[in-house]
Amino acid sequence: MNISPLDIVLLGTVLLLAVGFYGLLITRNLIKLVLVLQILVKAAVMALVLAGKSSGNLGLGQSLAATVIVADTVVAVVALALAVQVRKHAGTLDVTKLSSLRG
Amino acid sequence: MENIAYLLLSLAAAFCAYRAMISKHLLPSALYLACVSASVSISLYLLGAYEVAVIELSVGAGLVTVMLVYTLSVVGEDTYDPASIIPKPVAFLIVGAIAVLAAWMAYPVVTHPVENGEVLLADVLWKQRALDVWVQVTLIFSGVMGVLGLLSERTIKIKEEQILQMAETEKPIAIQMEEEMRV
Repeated sequence: MNISPLDIVLLGTVLLLAVGFYGLLITRNLIKLVLVLQILVKAAVMALVLAGKSSGNLGLGQSLAATVIVADTVVAVVALALAVQVRKHAGTLDVTKLSSLRG
Repeated sequence: MENIAYLLLSLAAAFCAYRAMISKHLLPSALYLACVSASVSISLYLLGAYEVAVIELSVGAGLVTVMLVYTLSVVGEDTYDPASIIPKPVAFLIVGAIAVLAAWMAYPVVTHPVENGEVLLADVLWKQRALDVWVQVTLIFSGVMGVLGLLSERTIKIKEEQILQMAETEKPIAIQMEEEMRV
């Protein structure tokens, strides 16, 4: 069985995706959620470039990856600012304690 | 040799991501995230995506790490991550299923790579995907406005001071009016 470099990059992308999803499921700290989202987006960026390389259109993959990086950075910065305000007003960063709704 | 480099970088990225996720304190997590970003950008560089590798390294390992450390310094001591609600074996099973499905769906794409010739990123970005550039500009502008709106406290403080001043100045007037009414 001949393993190409693209197969190994795909393996790395899936591993990053798995770690990111696992983190989303078990994390309760608001700042750590932003951090885990960053891991997921890095997997998405690698997948976009990998898809561009596989389809022979690396320029398109890079262009889409750049857009994703910009969007993700803006989301991270706004989410961190939001976390600062949440900590200031609610006194905690635990997402399970932030809900004011009672069922 | 090339395969070994890709394998080492992929494993390093996954290991650092795992350490970033399970670390109890957030400052080591932020540093591990920077290592993930560095590993990913080296992989991207080896794949031939030079521009995105540079953007990823400067933004992912630079800007985002600085923002995270700044946020941790502002937030202070409440950086401890509490235990998860979902049992970890259940989460592991769900994630394992998702990962296997994703790999199974994506594997046929990478097994038959196509060579279409070299297309420059600048041509794609400025000619074919010009709308994306405008979306990026709008996103950056929205992000800056959002952060300014969330972190600006000066206007709120000024308004509170104005209300206090108005209350102080209107109180004597109300007392005067009461006295006039009595007379």
